[in-house]
Amino acid sequence: MLQLENICIALGDFTLTANWSLPARARATVIGPSGAGKSTLLNALAGFTPHQGRITLNGQDVTTATPADRGIAMLFQDGNLFPHLTLLQNVGLGMRARLRLSPQEADRARQALARTGLAGLEDRKPGDISGGQQGRAALSRILVQNKPLLLLDEPFAALGPALRDEMLDLTADLAGETGATLLMVTHAPGDVARIGGHVVFVDDGLAHPPQDAEALMADPPEALRAYLGV
Amino acid sequence: MADRSVAIGEWSGPAAAMFVAGLIGAAFAAVLWRGGGDLSLGAAGLAALRFTVLQALASAALSVLLAIPIARALARRSFPGRALLVTLLGAPFILPVIVAVLGLIAVFGRAGWINVGLGALGLPPVSIYGAHGVVLAHVFFNLPLATRLILQGWDAVPAERFRLCASLGLGPWAAFRVLEWPILTRIVPGAFALIFAVCLTSFAVALILGGGPRATTLELAIYEAFRFEFDLPRAAALSLIQLTLAAGAAALALWLVPVLPRAPGLGRTANRFDAPKGWRRVADGVVIALGAAFLLLPIAALLTRGAPALLSLPPSVWASAGTSLQVAALSTAFMLALALPMAGWIASARSGRAEAVGLLGLAASPLTIGTGWFILIYPYADPAAWTLVVTATVNALMALPFALRALVPAFRETLAGQGRLAASLGLTGLAYWRVVALPLARPQLGFAAGLCAALSLGDLGVVALFAEPDQATLPLQMARLMGAYRMEAAAGAAVLLMALAFTAFWLCDRWGRASA
Repeated sequence: MLQLENICIALGDFTLTANWSLPARARATVIGPSGAGKSTLLNALAGFTPHQGRITLNGQDVTTATPADRGIAMLFQDGNLFPHLTLLQNVGLGMRARLRLSPQEADRARQALARTGLAGLEDRKPGDISGGQQGRAALSRILVQNKPLLLLDEPFAALGPALRDEMLDLTADLAGETGATLLMVTHAPGDVARIGGHVVFVDDGLAHPPQDAEALMADPPEALRAYLGV
Repeated sequence: MADRSVAIGEWSGPAAAMFVAGLIGAAFAAVLWRGGGDLSLGAAGLAALRFTVLQALASAALSVLLAIPIARALARRSFPGRALLVTLLGAPFILPVIVAVLGLIAVFGRAGWINVGLGALGLPPVSIYGAHGVVLAHVFFNLPLATRLILQGWDAVPAERFRLCASLGLGPWAAFRVLEWPILTRIVPGAFALIFAVCLTSFAVALILGGGPRATTLELAIYEAFRFEFDLPRAAALSLIQLTLAAGAAALALWLVPVLPRAPGLGRTANRFDAPKGWRRVADGVVIALGAAFLLLPIAALLTRGAPALLSLPPSVWASAGTSLQVAALSTAFMLALALPMAGWIASARSGRAEAVGLLGLAASPLTIGTGWFILIYPYADPAAWTLVVTATVNALMALPFALRALVPAFRETLAGQGRLAASLGLTGLAYWRVVALPLARPQLGFAAGLCAALSLGDLGVVALFAEPDQATLPLQMARLMGAYRMEAAAGAAVLLMALAFTAFWLCDRWGRASA
């Protein structure tokens, strides 16, 4: 379970508060107007943005842990792969912060790449493969990282609709396989329906508690209605 | 946004910067202390100050003014060899000063090509020695630099804007006002300030072409006060002025300087719809030809003269070449040890103020640092034994600002693009350097190392202050040959030196560009 206790992020004039929890293995999307602080919320959870309050993950206080030690795997808007490393090396870094892998680790990285349909591309570099394949490679790393919380900051925003849906499904499947809680920022209402589960609506300095996605989208409150334009 | 969790060089960067500041500060304190507080300049000192400022102003003004038409012509014309010429514009930056001066003497000197031509026409000869010779040499070095900077400004203008101008049917004058004037106002002040700052600390040029009451720079005056008269109070007073002046100019340059060309090869083909036809086309051709001739003739003259002498170089030249290679290697290693943590720190810093640290090297006068360390070492050891170490150190400090200019943007880009990813994977500290920062900055690393090696190989400065007769780097040995009027041997040594400097740069730069 992910628990946010009186989180307050202050950056200049901007503040964002959050005080809620999300059950283990849940899936949630984070939506809201641009500039509302969706990415900021994820960055705070991942340990990149200073904040007040307490974050616990499965009962462990991770508030002051380094980004690598808080049980979180994250996909960013871009730059999810190191351009100078092969896919195998990129995935391998999910297990250990060094380039040399043991045979077992290399096997695991290969299996992860195969799981996302990238068998045979282990020695390619990110620049040599397509955008969709890059997304898959980043997801392979998520698989070997095997962390309890998976944060996604619109990593597939640049992909076309069909490819994007495919990546979302794959992400959801992988989260299911590793048993991770999934929290994903998006600006597309279609993604909300696709991921299902819960919705965290961020607006006006507040990250609202997660609500059931289906119920919320069926009958959105005033602020969400304004954002969705319905 | 810079985050605490994705910072590199947090403690090593400031430590390296403190070390640099300490090296310079200690030297300066030593000079002041031994100077005994009597800081009067005297008439000769005042003359040196006056000349230093005036020649730097003249050199910067001439370089920039002449660079504008050349850059403009290069920007709007495409012709075979343009890319090569643009690359060659980067060459004087790593060309050893003393080599270029010898080349200029071969063209403009007493028995040079120009005077031979003038004599054939029955005209009186021109002399390269004196104030105008100093300025000529400075323009030789800095005209290409200014041209590249301005050309870079032109290349940064999106092609769409040129297209827009063409579609609006703007004539040459209107196009100048709309497109070119903004470029010039953006680039020219910085280029001027940079060249001014560089010319302020000119030593080798003044040593060979200048001298006397009318053409002595402060650096040369410090050298003379120290080496010939061992007059520490005067050296101290001169150093104080030099430091104030250079630091002021460096601060000015920090404000104004545009990003330096990182590597040779601004090869973008000019695709200008507004390029005027007719006589302007011819004029552009003439401008480019003259610029290229000014750049290439001295080198050609030197090669013609020096290449035959290569085979019969005295052994002392080969020995000094070996010494120079050692100094360059030491200097490059030292520069990297300082530049890497500093660049990481500056790239991680929220404010741009840390960048000022990088200009310490520009502000510090090599001769002052040399003098100071001579004073510090003297009571404990024979300074001659430390010549090469001090020379390598000073060379590293000289290359430091340029290395930082190349490395900081690269590190900053990597931190912005992959910093959070690295942090989330636990790639911090040394692991980040090894796996992420260094491999991704490899081109800049190679460029910085090559630059430092070439600058160090070609430097004639501190070593002239310390060295005993039996010690020499290649540039110093060359200067000694010139002093003994062994011009053929000097030309041969110059060709060797030039080859070493360019090869060192080329090897390092190539290593950087080769993909891992």
